[in-house]
Amino acid sequence: MGPLVPDIISNELSLIIALLIGIAFGFLLEQAGFSSAKKLVGLFYGYDFTVLRVFFTAGITAMVGVVIFDHFHLIDMNVIYINPLFLWSAIVGGLIMGLGFVIGGYCPGTSICAAAIGKKDAMYFILGAAIGILGFIEGYPLLEDLYKSANFGMPQLVDTFNVPNAIFAFVFVMIAITAFALVVKIEQKRAGAPVCRMSTKYLASLAVISFVIGVSQVFLPSHEQHLQRIENMTDFSAYEFNEISTDELAIRILQKDKSLHFIAVDSLEQFKKFALPNAIHADYRNFIHREWEKVFRIENQMTIIYAEDEVTEKRAVLAARDVGFEDVYILKGGLKAFRKDILEFEMPNEPVDPALQDTYRFRIVAASQLPGIIDAAKPKAVEKIKPKRVLGGC
Amino acid sequence: MENEQYMNPFRVGVLLGLLLLLTIFITGRGLGASGAVKSAVIEIEKTVAASHTEGMQFYKEYDATHGESPLKSFLVFEIIGALIGAFVSGIISNRLKFTMEKGPQVTTNTRIAMAILGGALFGFGAQLGRGCTSGSALSGMGVFSTGGILTMFAIFGGAYAFAYFFRKLWLQA
Repeated sequence: MGPLVPDIISNELSLIIALLIGIAFGFLLEQAGFSSAKKLVGLFYGYDFTVLRVFFTAGITAMVGVVIFDHFHLIDMNVIYINPLFLWSAIVGGLIMGLGFVIGGYCPGTSICAAAIGKKDAMYFILGAAIGILGFIEGYPLLEDLYKSANFGMPQLVDTFNVPNAIFAFVFVMIAITAFALVVKIEQKRAGAPVCRMSTKYLASLAVISFVIGVSQVFLPSHEQHLQRIENMTDFSAYEFNEISTDELAIRILQKDKSLHFIAVDSLEQFKKFALPNAIHADYRNFIHREWEKVFRIENQMTIIYAEDEVTEKRAVLAARDVGFEDVYILKGGLKAFRKDILEFEMPNEPVDPALQDTYRFRIVAASQLPGIIDAAKPKAVEKIKPKRVLGGC
Repeated sequence: MENEQYMNPFRVGVLLGLLLLLTIFITGRGLGASGAVKSAVIEIEKTVAASHTEGMQFYKEYDATHGESPLKSFLVFEIIGALIGAFVSGIISNRLKFTMEKGPQVTTNTRIAMAILGGALFGFGAQLGRGCTSGSALSGMGVFSTGGILTMFAIFGGAYAFAYFFRKLWLQA
């Protein structure tokens, strides 16, 4: 479902949302006391660990939230912006920022908030930030190599360390709890009294939630494992499938039924050779990606998954069901049967059962008319459905 | 007299974390700050020195990935909002006042120079690090980005490493 931009919320409206998010952001940072350089640098001199408390609490809250949203397919990790990893520029840039932090007393976000309540030093800091950015732009030819070296793409912790994100959420919650306990002691020593005590109940619940989801991700079969099982399946008697018969399909195509919606799950080569009217080609292993949501969830349509043989169709339907698309049909007997019954139909030589005479007469008509209709409605190009990642970062 | 009554840091942290989660859910991206300053710098440089920016490697790459005017971006609107939000918070908590905040041993001129220098370093570093404390560290942590979390450790690790050398800026003698 998420993110809502740009499919559900337009880019224009998102600017209004940005403004509202910003108001909340600025309000919270100011309420935290981040509009004071002395309070911020207290983190580095051990007399005030407010920054650590706010930052870490916010970070682990978001982490656990993202894990929950991901677990219930509420956000698509393939679409959200993951800050890319360029190893050297990340480290060098981070160290320079750290230096700027202790010298200037702010970071960009906090300087904005401090300037908003009248801190003149923060206004100079923003001016400095603009100068620094201009310096980067002007010096870019010299910096480009460092900026672009050691590109690892957009990995998440799960990609880098092959451990589920939820386990990392749990680890970060534990680190945070330990840090919160430690800094109370440091503050007591340096400033006489701790600035604040920790909220044990909240932190304990975050730890439990992330641990439970982490464990469930390690032990419960994933969609990938389901796919493997589906691919090796030959006996489908335990499942029921919605089927459309070859004759009914032929009638509906002849009537140019607009509610039909075909998804071809064979190989791309086969799809290019022959495809039902306006079909979309799919690899059913990708149904989990959110772009398929749009394909499957169209109102008042009959989604028919087809392939050469029925077994492939059934596998694709099971894969679709595994990610929540229940309302799909298969073509009975697959394209093989459709070809034999309809497209290449020939009147049998032996005497015909009178009950089937009408059907056969229909098939003869269909065999002569359908190829033309199908050819005319041939999918123009192979529709490539690819998720577009959100552009983010600073 | 500045009002020192700040909100409980854990409460702010939870609310900030939920705000970040909501932002990711709605927009697919996290929060940010330095990017807004960057947009402003780019807009100004392009307006003031159009001929100079033409053909520059940086702008070639920037224009290829950014379609519209740099000011019509998520971060610019977010930061305008942040100014409003912080201002409102300042009114509510009675902290609205023109002041210069500095360590006990520093003169005003030193503080100004250091604020500009620190800002310049931070702004520059945020370009290399592809985001600042908000865009890279906090938002990166929220989405489990290896790059963002590495930058976070570098920022705070760096600040701790350098803090000793600049203690006179902030502490009593």
